[in-house]
Amino acid sequence: MNDFLKFYPIFWREMVYRKKRLGKILIGSVINPILFLTTFGLGLGKRISVGGENYLDFVLPGIIALSSLNNSYNSIGADLNIRRTIYKAFDQYVVAPIKPSSIVLGEVLAGALHGFVSCFILLGLGFLFGAHVRLTLMFFIVLFTSCIIFASLGVVAAMVADSHADMASFGTFVLLPMTFLGGTFFPVDSMPIIVKALVWMMPLTPVSFSLRSIVLGKGVPVYSIIGVFAWAVIMYVLAVVMVSRKSAN
Amino acid sequence: MHRGRAGIILENTKYIIETKNLVKVFGKIKAVDDISFEIARGEIFALLGPNGAGKTTTIRMLITLSRPTSGTALINGYDVVRQPFEVKKQIGVVPQQSNLERELTAWENMELTGMLYGMKKEDRRKRIQELLEYVGLLDRAHSNVEEYSGGMKRRLMIARALMHRPRILFLDEPTVGLDPQTRRKIWDLIKSMNRSGMTVMFTTHYMEEAENLCNRVAIMNRGKLIAVGTPHELKQNIGRIVLEHLEGDVTTRRFFQSRMEALKYAGSLKDNTNINIRPANLEDVFVMLTGDDLSDLG
Repeated sequence: MNDFLKFYPIFWREMVYRKKRLGKILIGSVINPILFLTTFGLGLGKRISVGGENYLDFVLPGIIALSSLNNSYNSIGADLNIRRTIYKAFDQYVVAPIKPSSIVLGEVLAGALHGFVSCFILLGLGFLFGAHVRLTLMFFIVLFTSCIIFASLGVVAAMVADSHADMASFGTFVLLPMTFLGGTFFPVDSMPIIVKALVWMMPLTPVSFSLRSIVLGKGVPVYSIIGVFAWAVIMYVLAVVMVSRKSAN
Repeated sequence: MHRGRAGIILENTKYIIETKNLVKVFGKIKAVDDISFEIARGEIFALLGPNGAGKTTTIRMLITLSRPTSGTALINGYDVVRQPFEVKKQIGVVPQQSNLERELTAWENMELTGMLYGMKKEDRRKRIQELLEYVGLLDRAHSNVEEYSGGMKRRLMIARALMHRPRILFLDEPTVGLDPQTRRKIWDLIKSMNRSGMTVMFTTHYMEEAENLCNRVAIMNRGKLIAVGTPHELKQNIGRIVLEHLEGDVTTRRFFQSRMEALKYAGSLKDNTNINIRPANLEDVFVMLTGDDLSDLG
């Protein structure tokens, strides 16, 4: 088999697994965004505007970015962590003649696809809630790349965490700050300089900034998009390093 | 037929597993301390030892899951450190704990393994059919593994380990926690695989398992290999006859080469009421060599 295609069995396993849980996955994908859209779109949104924009229009790309994070990360992280630490099913990949880079590619593509589909559902709901968004090819490229970043982060967490408790801490320390500060719910430029610097170090920030800029028709922010791609590469490489480390000790 | 890098036909090397001065250190603990042994093609070889003796660590090094601190190990002529991919293709592994994909069916588990080893679709289909039938799971092929009993899982793990037609099968405690009927089924499976030419290496705590199945046995204690030989040879070395003498709450055992010698000794004892004379078994060898040392080195 071509070396590159070796990721396929890993990806196949993830798809078989998801096919069996399709109902639960779809319901899960819908509930989260409905809550967000209701809270921030209808609850707050009717009353405020940000920089001349309707708040729902402003917040939707942020929620999409956040949703790409949550769905891609969660679809890989918890399951892979349990399969590694408790069910030991991950050992099966380690004894097989397959490279860590292929293992990560299979897992990440599956997680990213899962996240991407969830974001589509959210987008559809956004329209139902009356948001106005401009969708371009670049929007989907950035969105999918974002899914790759956070699916890779899920792999990293699954490798680093040796227990459920570790996994939960990882969520609290790494994901939660990003959820609130990563340019999701309010514009970053109004923050003090130090906070701003910290916020721009988070991978979610360039994603929400890029998506928002595209959706609101403010042009394609080149630096931000380069940042998104750079994070995808960094995170993928980090995931490969972590998998290699756990493969032989 | 496989060829090594020098073009030597490896099929003709006498030993399928060769280790030399193998060492594995975790922090300050020497889990495996300078062990060397060979296993011939077609042997069934058991590794015995108390908990923490280093059995699992030794196997983990042989199956490329753990990197030796020093020393070498060759599997069918391939070095575990320098040629891990070649080694992986030679071996099938059945770990102690189930590592099956619980949410997948038996068939899907087998399919995944076949794909991981790069087998063609048609070949996978035939092989899965054949192996599930061999281990008696064909009628449950499409149930999710989480619905399986412990024995069924173990059988499926063996079938899965055979999927890519390995030359050597490694099993870690293959019958631990199974009922007697299932244990016997697993033993029969191991014997029948061996008859078809497979080399088998396993670890166990059960002496009768080793005595029943093995051509040769190695005993480990505190990371060291303290005895290697056929069960018969090992028993011969300590004495074929055991005299057990119960005094108070303590049983002492003495070993003799013949029943006559044992009887003579019994006659010389002051109190010879609580005496039992019987042929030595592998368990006697094990206890004799490893002592009451229940040190847990992890």
